Amino acid sequence: MSGMAKNRLPGRIVLLVVFGFLYLPIAVLVMLSFNESGLPTSWSGFSTRWYVSLAGNSEILHAAWNTLVVAIFATLISTVLGTLLAIGMETRARKSNGLEALAFAPMVIPDIVLAVALLTFFSRLNVATGLHTIILSHVIFDLAFVCSVVRARLKHFDFSIVEASRDLGASGWTTFWRVTFPVLLPSIIAGALLAFTLSVDEFIIAFFTAGPGRSSITLPMQIYSMIRFGITPEVNALATIVMAVSATALLLSQWLNKEQIQ
Amino acid sequence: MLAAPAVLWLLAFMVMPCLLVLSYAFFQRGTWGGIEYTFTLDNFAHVFDPLYAKIFLNSARIALTTTVLAILIAYPAAYAISRAPRVRQPMLLFFAVLPFWSNYLIRTYAWIVLLNREGLLNGFLSFLGYQGEPLSLLYTETAVIIGLVYNYLPFVILAIYSTLSRLNPELMEASRDLGAGAIRTFWRVTLPLTLPGVAAGGVFVFVLSIGNFVTPALLGGGRFQMIGNLVYDQFLTANDWPFGAALGMALIAIMVALLFLQARATSHASGERQGEAT
Repeated sequence: MSGMAKNRLPGRIVLLVVFGFLYLPIAVLVMLSFNESGLPTSWSGFSTRWYVSLAGNSEILHAAWNTLVVAIFATLISTVLGTLLAIGMETRARKSNGLEALAFAPMVIPDIVLAVALLTFFSRLNVATGLHTIILSHVIFDLAFVCSVVRARLKHFDFSIVEASRDLGASGWTTFWRVTFPVLLPSIIAGALLAFTLSVDEFIIAFFTAGPGRSSITLPMQIYSMIRFGITPEVNALATIVMAVSATALLLSQWLNKEQIQ
Repeated sequence: MLAAPAVLWLLAFMVMPCLLVLSYAFFQRGTWGGIEYTFTLDNFAHVFDPLYAKIFLNSARIALTTTVLAILIAYPAAYAISRAPRVRQPMLLFFAVLPFWSNYLIRTYAWIVLLNREGLLNGFLSFLGYQGEPLSLLYTETAVIIGLVYNYLPFVILAIYSTLSRLNPELMEASRDLGAGAIRTFWRVTLPLTLPGVAAGGVFVFVLSIGNFVTPALLGGGRFQMIGNLVYDQFLTANDWPFGAALGMALIAIMVALLFLQARATSHASGERQGEAT
Protein backbone atom coordinates (compact mmCIF):
# COMPACT_ATOMS: atom_id res chain seq x y z
CA MET A 1 0.00 0.00 0.00
CA SER A 2 2.81 2.45 0.78
CA GLY A 3 4.21 1.78 -2.68
CA MET A 4 0.84 2.64 -4.18
CA ALA A 5 0.67 5.88 -2.22
CA LYS A 6 4.07 6.90 -3.51
CA ASN A 7 2.88 6.24 -7.07
CA ARG A 8 -0.06 8.58 -6.64
CA LEU A 9 2.05 11.71 -6.38
CA PRO A 10 2.64 12.26 -10.14
CA GLY A 11 -1.06 11.68 -10.76
CA ARG A 12 -1.95 14.29 -8.18
CA ILE A 13 0.38 16.82 -9.74
CA VAL A 14 -1.10 16.15 -13.19
CA LEU A 15 -4.63 16.61 -11.87
CA LEU A 16 -3.68 19.78 -10.02
CA VAL A 17 -2.20 21.31 -13.20
CA VAL A 18 -5.07 20.24 -15.46
CA PHE A 19 -7.78 21.32 -13.03
CA GLY A 20 -5.90 24.59 -12.57
CA PHE A 21 -5.96 25.11 -16.34
CA LEU A 22 -9.69 24.26 -16.47
CA TYR A 23 -10.81 26.43 -13.59
CA LEU A 24 -8.39 29.38 -13.57
CA PRO A 25 -10.18 31.32 -16.36
CA ILE A 26 -13.54 30.72 -14.72
CA ALA A 27 -12.25 31.77 -11.29
CA VAL A 28 -10.76 34.94 -12.78
CA LEU A 29 -14.09 35.93 -14.36
CA VAL A 30 -15.99 35.35 -11.13
CA MET A 31 -13.45 37.41 -9.17
CA LEU A 32 -13.53 40.25 -11.69
CA SER A 33 -17.31 40.39 -11.53
CA PHE A 34 -16.94 41.51 -7.90
CA ASN A 35 -14.09 43.92 -8.60
CA GLU A 36 -14.97 47.58 -8.04
CA SER A 37 -13.03 48.79 -11.08
CA GLY A 38 -14.01 45.84 -13.22
CA LEU A 39 -10.62 45.87 -14.93
CA PRO A 40 -8.44 42.79 -14.93
CA THR A 41 -5.25 44.65 -14.01
CA SER A 42 -6.00 45.71 -10.47
CA TRP A 43 -8.20 44.76 -7.57
CA SER A 44 -9.80 47.90 -6.23
CA GLY A 45 -12.15 46.41 -3.72
CA PHE A 46 -15.20 44.17 -3.45
CA SER A 47 -18.33 45.49 -5.07
CA THR A 48 -21.63 44.23 -6.41
CA ARG A 49 -22.10 47.30 -8.61
CA TRP A 50 -21.89 45.29 -11.87
CA TYR A 51 -24.72 43.08 -10.71
CA VAL A 52 -26.74 46.15 -9.78
CA SER A 53 -26.16 47.71 -13.19
CA LEU A 54 -27.12 44.40 -14.85
CA ALA A 55 -30.42 44.40 -12.99
CA GLY A 56 -31.13 47.85 -14.43
CA ASN A 57 -30.20 46.95 -17.99
CA SER A 58 -33.49 46.41 -19.80
CA GLU A 59 -31.81 44.98 -22.90
CA ILE A 60 -30.19 42.21 -20.90
CA LEU A 61 -33.36 41.52 -18.94
CA HIS A 62 -35.24 41.20 -22.21
CA ALA A 63 -32.61 38.80 -23.56
CA ALA A 64 -32.75 36.79 -20.33
CA TRP A 65 -36.53 36.51 -20.64
CA ASN A 66 -36.21 35.33 -24.27
CA THR A 67 -33.60 32.78 -23.23
CA LEU A 68 -35.89 31.44 -20.53
CA VAL A 69 -38.86 31.15 -22.90
CA VAL A 70 -36.74 29.34 -25.50
CA ALA A 71 -35.14 27.00 -22.96
CA ILE A 72 -38.43 26.07 -21.25
CA PHE A 73 -40.31 25.27 -24.45
CA ALA A 74 -37.38 23.52 -26.11
CA THR A 75 -36.82 21.45 -22.95
CA LEU A 76 -40.49 20.42 -22.66
CA ILE A 77 -40.77 19.33 -26.28
CA SER A 78 -37.39 17.62 -26.43
CA THR A 79 -37.92 15.77 -23.16
CA VAL A 80 -41.12 14.18 -24.43
CA LEU A 81 -39.72 13.39 -27.89
CA GLY A 82 -36.30 12.27 -26.61
CA THR A 83 -37.78 9.97 -23.97
CA LEU A 84 -40.15 8.36 -26.47
CA LEU A 85 -37.26 7.96 -28.91
CA ALA A 86 -35.10 6.29 -26.26
CA ILE A 87 -37.85 3.84 -25.25
CA GLY A 88 -38.69 3.20 -28.88
CA MET A 89 -35.06 2.42 -29.69
CA GLU A 90 -34.44 0.19 -26.68
CA THR A 91 -37.62 -1.86 -27.04
CA ARG A 92 -37.14 -2.58 -30.72
CA ALA A 93 -36.51 -6.19 -31.55
CA ARG A 94 -33.68 -5.35 -33.95
CA LYS A 95 -31.17 -2.55 -33.77
CA SER A 96 -31.68 -0.11 -36.61
CA ASN A 97 -28.50 1.58 -37.82
CA GLY A 98 -30.49 4.29 -39.60
CA LEU A 99 -32.29 5.21 -36.39
CA GLU A 100 -29.01 5.18 -34.45
CA ALA A 101 -27.41 7.53 -36.97
CA LEU A 102 -30.42 9.85 -36.98
CA ALA A 103 -30.46 10.10 -33.17
CA PHE A 104 -26.69 10.59 -32.99
CA ALA A 105 -26.36 13.07 -35.89
CA PRO A 106 -27.44 16.25 -34.04
CA MET A 107 -24.53 15.75 -31.62
CA VAL A 108 -21.89 15.60 -34.33
CA ILE A 109 -23.08 17.83 -37.19
CA PRO A 110 -20.99 21.02 -36.98
CA ASP A 111 -23.38 23.60 -35.50
CA ILE A 112 -22.49 26.18 -38.14
CA VAL A 113 -23.76 23.74 -40.81
CA LEU A 114 -27.00 23.04 -38.96
CA ALA A 115 -27.41 26.79 -38.40
CA VAL A 116 -27.07 27.74 -42.08
CA ALA A 117 -29.23 24.78 -43.12
CA LEU A 118 -32.02 25.99 -40.83
CA LEU A 119 -31.65 29.57 -42.03
CA THR A 120 -31.91 28.35 -45.63
CA PHE A 121 -34.90 26.16 -44.76
CA PHE A 122 -36.91 28.84 -42.96
CA SER A 123 -36.17 31.42 -45.63
CA ARG A 124 -37.15 28.99 -48.42
CA LEU A 125 -40.47 28.29 -46.71
CA ASN A 126 -40.94 32.00 -46.01
CA VAL A 127 -41.38 31.27 -42.33
CA ALA A 128 -41.10 34.41 -40.23
CA THR A 129 -38.19 33.87 -37.84
CA GLY A 130 -38.29 34.60 -34.15
CA LEU A 131 -38.32 32.83 -30.81
CA HIS A 132 -40.45 30.01 -32.22
CA THR A 133 -37.86 29.14 -34.86
CA ILE A 134 -35.11 29.12 -32.21
CA ILE A 135 -37.20 26.76 -30.06
CA LEU A 136 -37.87 24.50 -33.00
CA SER A 137 -34.16 24.35 -33.83
CA HIS A 138 -33.00 23.80 -30.24
CA VAL A 139 -35.27 20.77 -29.93
CA ILE A 140 -33.13 19.02 -32.57
CA PHE A 141 -29.99 18.69 -30.44
CA ASP A 142 -31.77 18.81 -27.06
CA LEU A 143 -33.73 15.68 -27.89
CA ALA A 144 -30.56 13.85 -28.89
CA PHE A 145 -29.07 14.48 -25.44
CA VAL A 146 -32.29 13.58 -23.58
CA CYS A 147 -32.44 10.39 -25.64
CA SER A 148 -28.88 9.39 -24.78
CA VAL A 149 -29.37 9.99 -21.03
CA VAL A 150 -32.63 8.00 -20.92
CA ARG A 151 -31.14 5.22 -23.06
CA ALA A 152 -28.24 4.85 -20.65
CA ARG A 153 -30.80 4.20 -17.89
CA LEU A 154 -32.76 1.76 -20.05
CA LYS A 155 -29.61 -0.31 -20.58
CA HIS A 156 -29.79 -1.24 -16.87
CA PHE A 157 -33.57 -1.55 -16.94
CA ASP A 158 -34.95 -4.93 -16.01
CA PHE A 159 -37.61 -5.56 -18.64
CA SER A 160 -38.91 -8.57 -16.73
CA ILE A 161 -40.79 -6.19 -14.40
CA VAL A 162 -42.71 -4.97 -17.44
CA GLU A 163 -43.58 -8.57 -18.28
CA ALA A 164 -44.55 -9.18 -14.67
CA SER A 165 -46.87 -6.20 -14.77
CA ARG A 166 -48.47 -7.44 -17.99
CA ASP A 167 -48.80 -10.96 -16.56
CA LEU A 168 -50.59 -9.51 -13.57
CA GLY A 169 -53.16 -8.04 -15.93
CA ALA A 170 -52.07 -4.43 -16.33
CA SER A 171 -52.60 -2.83 -19.73
CA GLY A 172 -49.67 -1.43 -21.75
CA TRP A 173 -50.68 2.07 -20.73
CA THR A 174 -50.97 1.27 -17.01
CA THR A 175 -47.67 -0.58 -17.12
CA PHE A 176 -45.98 2.44 -18.64
CA TRP A 177 -47.30 4.93 -16.08
CA ARG A 178 -47.03 2.66 -13.03
CA VAL A 179 -43.84 0.73 -13.81
CA THR A 180 -41.61 2.04 -16.60
CA PHE A 181 -42.13 5.77 -16.11
CA PRO A 182 -41.37 5.93 -12.35
CA VAL A 183 -38.14 3.98 -12.90
CA LEU A 184 -37.10 6.27 -15.73
CA LEU A 185 -38.22 9.52 -14.09
CA PRO A 186 -34.87 10.49 -12.49
CA SER A 187 -33.06 10.07 -15.81
CA ILE A 188 -35.81 11.91 -17.68
CA ILE A 189 -35.41 14.86 -15.29
CA ALA A 190 -31.62 14.59 -15.60
CA GLY A 191 -31.97 14.69 -19.39
CA ALA A 192 -34.35 17.63 -19.18
CA LEU A 193 -31.90 19.60 -17.03
CA LEU A 194 -29.17 18.88 -19.54
CA ALA A 195 -31.40 20.04 -22.40
CA PHE A 196 -32.24 23.20 -20.45
CA THR A 197 -28.55 23.98 -19.89
CA LEU A 198 -27.71 23.37 -23.54
CA SER A 199 -30.58 25.55 -24.66
CA VAL A 200 -29.66 28.42 -22.33
CA ASP A 201 -26.05 28.33 -23.58
CA GLU A 202 -26.58 27.71 -27.29
CA PHE A 203 -25.43 30.57 -29.49
CA ILE A 204 -24.73 29.79 -33.16
CA ILE A 205 -28.04 28.18 -34.11
CA ALA A 206 -30.02 30.81 -32.19
CA PHE A 207 -27.98 33.53 -33.91
CA PHE A 208 -28.89 32.22 -37.37
CA THR A 209 -32.53 31.33 -36.68
CA ALA A 210 -33.52 34.40 -34.63
CA GLY A 211 -33.99 36.57 -37.67
CA PRO A 212 -33.06 40.23 -37.98
CA GLY A 213 -33.92 42.77 -35.34
CA ARG A 214 -33.31 42.73 -31.63
CA SER A 215 -36.68 41.48 -30.44
CA SER A 216 -35.71 37.79 -30.32
CA ILE A 217 -32.13 38.22 -29.07
CA THR A 218 -31.03 35.66 -26.45
CA LEU A 219 -28.42 35.96 -23.69
CA PRO A 220 -25.59 34.26 -25.60
CA MET A 221 -26.27 36.63 -28.53
CA GLN A 222 -26.21 39.53 -26.10
CA ILE A 223 -22.94 38.26 -24.59
CA TYR A 224 -21.42 37.86 -28.06
CA SER A 225 -22.20 41.43 -29.03
CA MET A 226 -21.00 42.73 -25.65
CA ILE A 227 -17.66 40.93 -26.15
CA ARG A 228 -17.31 42.11 -29.73
CA PHE A 229 -18.14 45.73 -29.09
CA GLY A 230 -15.84 46.51 -26.22
CA ILE A 231 -15.59 44.72 -22.95
CA THR A 232 -17.68 46.13 -20.17
CA PRO A 233 -17.34 44.68 -16.67
CA GLU A 234 -21.05 43.91 -16.80
CA VAL A 235 -20.15 40.91 -18.98
CA ASN A 236 -18.25 39.41 -16.04
CA ALA A 237 -21.32 39.66 -13.83
CA LEU A 238 -23.58 38.26 -16.53
CA ALA A 239 -21.12 35.43 -17.23
CA THR A 240 -20.97 34.56 -13.54
CA ILE A 241 -24.77 34.36 -13.27
CA VAL A 242 -25.09 32.24 -16.43
CA MET A 243 -22.36 29.86 -15.23
CA ALA A 244 -23.98 29.57 -11.80
CA VAL A 245 -27.33 28.63 -13.38
CA SER A 246 -25.68 26.02 -15.65
CA ALA A 247 -23.61 24.54 -12.83
CA THR A 248 -26.68 24.25 -10.57
CA ALA A 249 -28.69 22.49 -13.28
CA LEU A 250 -25.79 20.11 -13.92
CA LEU A 251 -25.18 19.33 -10.26
CA LEU A 252 -28.89 18.49 -9.95
CA SER A 253 -28.74 16.38 -13.11
CA GLN A 254 -25.67 14.54 -11.85
CA TRP A 255 -27.24 13.97 -8.44
CA LEU A 256 -30.37 12.46 -10.03
CA ASN A 257 -28.30 10.18 -12.24
CA LYS A 258 -26.32 9.01 -9.23
CA GLU A 259 -29.47 8.31 -7.21
CA GLN A 260 -30.82 6.04 -9.89
CA ILE A 261 -27.64 4.03 -10.33
CA GLN A 262 -27.47 3.17 -6.65
CA MET B 1 -44.02 3.58 -32.91
CA LEU B 2 -42.75 5.58 -29.95
CA ALA B 3 -39.76 6.85 -31.89
CA ALA B 4 -41.97 8.31 -34.64
CA PRO B 5 -42.49 11.87 -33.29
CA ALA B 6 -38.76 12.40 -32.75
CA VAL B 7 -37.93 10.83 -36.10
CA LEU B 8 -40.44 13.08 -37.86
CA TRP B 9 -39.05 16.13 -36.05
CA LEU B 10 -35.50 15.26 -37.08
CA LEU B 11 -36.52 14.50 -40.66
CA ALA B 12 -38.43 17.78 -40.96
CA PHE B 13 -36.01 20.10 -39.18
CA MET B 14 -32.62 18.47 -39.59
CA VAL B 15 -32.54 16.16 -42.62
CA MET B 16 -34.70 18.35 -44.87
CA PRO B 17 -32.79 21.58 -44.13
CA CYS B 18 -29.47 19.78 -44.70
CA LEU B 19 -30.70 18.37 -48.01
CA LEU B 20 -32.00 21.80 -49.01
CA VAL B 21 -28.69 23.49 -48.27
CA LEU B 22 -26.95 20.68 -50.17
CA SER B 23 -29.18 21.35 -53.18
CA TYR B 24 -28.34 25.06 -53.02
CA ALA B 25 -24.69 24.16 -53.53
CA PHE B 26 -25.58 23.06 -57.08
CA PHE B 27 -27.17 26.36 -58.10
CA GLN B 28 -25.80 29.71 -59.11
CA ARG B 29 -25.75 32.81 -57.07
CA GLY B 30 -28.17 35.43 -58.39
CA THR B 31 -26.86 38.75 -59.58
CA TRP B 32 -28.20 40.51 -56.48
CA GLY B 33 -27.54 37.66 -54.12
CA GLY B 34 -30.21 35.02 -53.69
CA ILE B 35 -30.37 31.87 -55.78
CA GLU B 36 -30.59 31.45 -59.51
CA TYR B 37 -31.87 27.98 -60.25
CA THR B 38 -29.32 27.04 -62.90
CA PHE B 39 -27.38 23.85 -62.30
CA THR B 40 -23.65 24.31 -61.80
CA LEU B 41 -20.69 22.63 -60.15
CA ASP B 42 -18.79 25.91 -59.89
CA ASN B 43 -19.37 26.23 -56.15
CA PHE B 44 -17.54 22.99 -55.47
CA ALA B 45 -14.75 23.99 -57.86
CA HIS B 46 -14.62 27.25 -55.95
CA VAL B 47 -13.93 25.32 -52.72
CA PHE B 48 -10.72 24.00 -54.32
CA ASP B 49 -9.70 27.42 -55.57
CA PRO B 50 -6.19 28.09 -54.13
CA LEU B 51 -7.46 31.03 -52.08
CA TYR B 52 -10.05 28.91 -50.27
CA ALA B 53 -8.01 25.72 -50.29
CA LYS B 54 -5.48 27.70 -48.28
CA ILE B 55 -8.12 28.50 -45.67
CA PHE B 56 -9.05 24.80 -45.58
CA LEU B 57 -5.45 23.76 -45.05
CA ASN B 58 -4.95 26.47 -42.45
CA SER B 59 -8.09 25.34 -40.58
CA ALA B 60 -6.98 21.72 -40.80
CA ARG B 61 -3.57 22.62 -39.38
CA ILE B 62 -5.11 24.57 -36.49
CA ALA B 63 -7.60 21.78 -35.81
CA LEU B 64 -4.86 19.14 -35.92
CA THR B 65 -2.60 21.09 -33.55
CA THR B 66 -5.55 21.54 -31.21
CA THR B 67 -6.37 17.82 -31.35
CA VAL B 68 -2.79 16.73 -30.64
CA LEU B 69 -2.39 19.18 -27.74
CA ALA B 70 -5.77 18.24 -26.27
CA ILE B 71 -4.86 14.54 -26.36
CA LEU B 72 -1.41 15.19 -24.84
CA ILE B 73 -3.00 17.05 -21.92
CA ALA B 74 -6.09 14.85 -21.58
CA TYR B 75 -4.36 11.47 -21.56
CA PRO B 76 -2.30 12.00 -18.38
CA ALA B 77 -5.33 13.60 -16.72
CA ALA B 78 -7.64 10.71 -17.65
CA TYR B 79 -4.95 8.24 -16.58
CA ALA B 80 -4.55 9.97 -13.22
CA ILE B 81 -8.33 9.93 -12.68
CA SER B 82 -8.50 6.21 -13.56
CA ARG B 83 -5.75 5.58 -10.99
CA ALA B 84 -7.40 7.59 -8.22
CA PRO B 85 -9.34 5.71 -5.50
CA ARG B 86 -12.52 4.26 -7.02
CA VAL B 87 -14.88 6.25 -4.82
CA ARG B 88 -13.32 9.53 -5.87
CA GLN B 89 -13.31 8.87 -9.63
CA PRO B 90 -16.91 9.92 -10.44
CA MET B 91 -16.41 13.22 -8.62
CA LEU B 92 -13.08 13.95 -10.31
CA LEU B 93 -14.60 13.14 -13.68
CA PHE B 94 -17.63 15.31 -13.01
CA PHE B 95 -15.46 18.31 -12.16
CA ALA B 96 -13.26 17.69 -15.19
CA VAL B 97 -16.31 17.79 -17.46
CA LEU B 98 -18.26 20.55 -15.68
CA PRO B 99 -16.60 23.45 -17.56
CA PHE B 100 -17.54 21.78 -20.85
CA TRP B 101 -21.20 22.37 -20.07
CA SER B 102 -20.78 26.05 -19.29
CA ASN B 103 -21.31 28.68 -21.94
CA TYR B 104 -18.82 28.41 -24.80
CA LEU B 105 -18.71 32.19 -25.34
CA ILE B 106 -17.96 32.81 -21.68
CA ARG B 107 -15.12 30.28 -21.67
CA THR B 108 -13.66 31.92 -24.77
CA TYR B 109 -14.13 35.41 -23.36
CA ALA B 110 -12.23 34.37 -20.20
CA TRP B 111 -9.16 33.87 -22.40
CA ILE B 112 -9.48 37.41 -23.78
CA VAL B 113 -9.21 38.59 -20.19
CA LEU B 114 -6.19 36.36 -19.54
CA LEU B 115 -4.27 36.93 -22.78
CA ASN B 116 -4.85 40.65 -23.18
CA ARG B 117 -1.78 42.90 -23.27
CA GLU B 118 -3.02 44.41 -20.02
CA GLY B 119 -4.31 41.00 -19.00
CA LEU B 120 -3.44 38.69 -16.18
CA LEU B 121 -0.80 36.67 -18.00
CA ASN B 122 1.29 39.78 -18.60
CA GLY B 123 0.55 41.01 -15.10
CA PHE B 124 1.83 37.72 -13.76
CA LEU B 125 4.95 37.87 -15.96
CA SER B 126 5.84 41.37 -14.76
CA PHE B 127 5.18 40.21 -11.19
CA LEU B 128 7.80 37.53 -11.80
CA GLY B 129 10.21 40.27 -12.84
CA TYR B 130 9.77 40.13 -16.60
CA GLN B 131 10.97 43.50 -17.94
CA GLY B 132 10.50 43.24 -21.71
CA GLU B 133 7.63 44.16 -23.97
CA PRO B 134 4.31 42.73 -22.82
CA LEU B 135 3.43 39.62 -24.80
CA SER B 136 0.67 40.19 -27.28
CA LEU B 137 -0.86 36.75 -27.43
CA LEU B 138 -4.40 37.85 -28.06
CA TYR B 139 -5.48 37.92 -31.72
CA THR B 140 -2.91 35.35 -32.75
CA GLU B 141 -3.12 31.77 -33.95
CA THR B 142 -1.70 30.68 -30.58
CA ALA B 143 -4.64 32.33 -28.82
CA VAL B 144 -7.11 30.51 -31.09
CA ILE B 145 -5.42 27.17 -30.40
CA ILE B 146 -5.34 27.81 -26.63
CA GLY B 147 -9.05 28.67 -26.73
CA LEU B 148 -9.96 25.56 -28.72
CA VAL B 149 -7.86 23.21 -26.56
CA TYR B 150 -9.38 24.72 -23.44
CA ASN B 151 -12.93 24.39 -24.70
CA TYR B 152 -12.73 20.79 -25.86
CA LEU B 153 -10.30 19.34 -23.32
CA PRO B 154 -13.02 18.07 -20.94
CA PHE B 155 -14.56 15.95 -23.68
CA VAL B 156 -11.24 14.31 -24.55
CA ILE B 157 -10.62 13.53 -20.88
CA LEU B 158 -14.05 11.89 -20.74
CA ALA B 159 -13.52 9.86 -23.93
CA ILE B 160 -10.09 8.56 -22.86
CA TYR B 161 -11.21 7.88 -19.30
CA SER B 162 -14.13 5.78 -20.54
CA THR B 163 -11.76 3.36 -22.32
CA LEU B 164 -9.21 3.41 -19.49
CA SER B 165 -11.85 2.52 -16.90
CA ARG B 166 -13.08 -0.40 -18.97
CA LEU B 167 -9.58 -1.82 -19.27
CA ASN B 168 -9.08 -5.17 -17.58
CA PRO B 169 -6.41 -4.57 -14.88
CA GLU B 170 -5.36 -8.22 -15.18
CA LEU B 171 -3.83 -7.43 -18.56
CA MET B 172 -1.46 -4.93 -16.95
CA GLU B 173 -0.69 -7.33 -14.11
CA ALA B 174 0.06 -10.08 -16.61
CA SER B 175 2.43 -7.77 -18.46
CA ARG B 176 4.19 -6.90 -15.21
CA ASP B 177 4.36 -10.58 -14.21
CA LEU B 178 5.96 -11.38 -17.54
CA GLY B 179 8.72 -8.96 -16.67
CA ALA B 180 7.75 -5.75 -18.46
CA GLY B 181 8.44 -2.54 -16.57
CA ALA B 182 5.78 0.08 -15.94
CA ILE B 183 6.77 2.16 -18.96
CA ARG B 184 6.92 -0.83 -21.28
CA THR B 185 3.54 -2.04 -20.00
CA PHE B 186 2.08 1.40 -20.72
CA TRP B 187 3.42 1.57 -24.29
CA ARG B 188 2.76 -2.04 -25.23
CA VAL B 189 -0.48 -2.78 -23.36
CA THR B 190 -2.33 0.22 -21.92
CA LEU B 191 -1.88 2.72 -24.73
CA PRO B 192 -2.77 0.42 -27.65
CA LEU B 193 -5.90 -0.79 -25.84
CA THR B 194 -7.08 2.76 -25.14
CA LEU B 195 -6.48 4.09 -28.65
CA PRO B 196 -10.19 3.80 -29.58
CA GLY B 197 -10.98 6.34 -26.84
CA VAL B 198 -8.15 8.58 -28.01
CA ALA B 199 -9.49 8.34 -31.57
CA ALA B 200 -13.08 9.08 -30.51
CA GLY B 201 -12.03 12.14 -28.51
CA GLY B 202 -9.62 13.26 -31.21
CA VAL B 203 -12.15 13.04 -34.04
CA PHE B 204 -14.67 14.98 -31.99
CA VAL B 205 -12.19 17.77 -31.23
CA PHE B 206 -10.96 17.92 -34.82
CA VAL B 207 -14.47 18.16 -36.27
CA LEU B 208 -15.58 20.81 -33.79
CA SER B 209 -12.37 22.82 -34.20
CA ILE B 210 -12.24 22.85 -37.99
CA GLY B 211 -15.79 24.21 -38.27
CA ASN B 212 -15.53 26.62 -35.35
CA PHE B 213 -16.17 30.27 -36.02
CA VAL B 214 -16.62 31.79 -32.56
CA THR B 215 -13.08 31.18 -31.29
CA PRO B 216 -11.30 32.53 -34.41
CA ALA B 217 -13.68 35.52 -34.43
CA LEU B 218 -13.07 36.38 -30.76
CA LEU B 219 -9.53 35.18 -29.98
CA GLY B 220 -8.19 35.62 -33.50
CA GLY B 221 -9.74 39.08 -33.69
CA GLY B 222 -11.19 38.19 -37.09
CA ARG B 223 -7.72 38.63 -38.58
CA PHE B 224 -7.46 35.18 -40.05
CA GLN B 225 -10.19 32.98 -41.26
CA MET B 226 -11.18 29.41 -40.68
CA ILE B 227 -13.81 27.49 -42.65
CA GLY B 228 -16.48 28.32 -40.09
CA ASN B 229 -15.87 32.05 -40.52
CA LEU B 230 -15.94 31.64 -44.27
CA VAL B 231 -19.33 29.89 -44.13
CA TYR B 232 -20.59 32.62 -41.80
CA ASP B 233 -19.40 35.36 -44.18
CA GLN B 234 -20.92 33.74 -47.25
CA PHE B 235 -24.32 33.57 -45.59
CA LEU B 236 -24.45 36.78 -43.58
CA THR B 237 -22.09 39.16 -45.37
CA ALA B 238 -21.35 38.19 -48.96
CA ASN B 239 -24.86 36.82 -49.51
CA ASP B 240 -23.43 33.99 -51.65
CA TRP B 241 -25.53 31.16 -50.27
CA PRO B 242 -24.64 28.58 -52.94
CA PHE B 243 -20.93 28.90 -52.19
CA GLY B 244 -21.61 28.93 -48.44
CA ALA B 245 -23.66 25.76 -48.93
CA ALA B 246 -20.81 24.07 -50.80
CA LEU B 247 -18.41 24.99 -47.98
CA GLY B 248 -20.83 23.60 -45.41
CA MET B 249 -21.11 20.35 -47.35
CA ALA B 250 -17.31 20.11 -47.49
CA LEU B 251 -17.32 20.34 -43.67
CA ILE B 252 -19.93 17.57 -43.47
CA ALA B 253 -17.84 15.45 -45.86
CA ILE B 254 -14.76 15.84 -43.64
CA MET B 255 -16.83 14.92 -40.60
CA VAL B 256 -18.41 11.84 -42.18
CA ALA B 257 -15.03 10.64 -43.50
CA LEU B 258 -13.41 10.97 -40.08
CA LEU B 259 -16.28 9.28 -38.23
CA PHE B 260 -16.19 6.46 -40.78
CA LEU B 261 -12.43 5.99 -40.33
CA GLN B 262 -12.81 6.09 -36.57
CA ALA B 263 -15.61 3.51 -36.60
CA ARG B 264 -13.52 1.28 -38.88
CA ALA B 265 -10.46 1.59 -36.64
CA THR B 266 -12.52 0.83 -33.52
CA SER B 267 -14.23 -2.22 -34.96
CA HIS B 268 -10.89 -3.37 -36.36
CA ALA B 269 -9.32 -3.07 -32.91
CA SER B 270 -12.12 -4.94 -31.16
CA GLY B 271 -12.22 -7.55 -33.92
CA GLU B 272 -8.51 -8.14 -33.47
CA ARG B 273 -8.97 -8.64 -29.75
CA GLN B 274 -11.80 -11.07 -30.29
CA GLY B 275 -9.71 -12.90 -32.86
CA GLU B 276 -6.91 -13.32 -30.36
CA ALA B 277 -9.29 -14.57 -27.72
CA THR B 278 -10.64 -17.40 -29.83
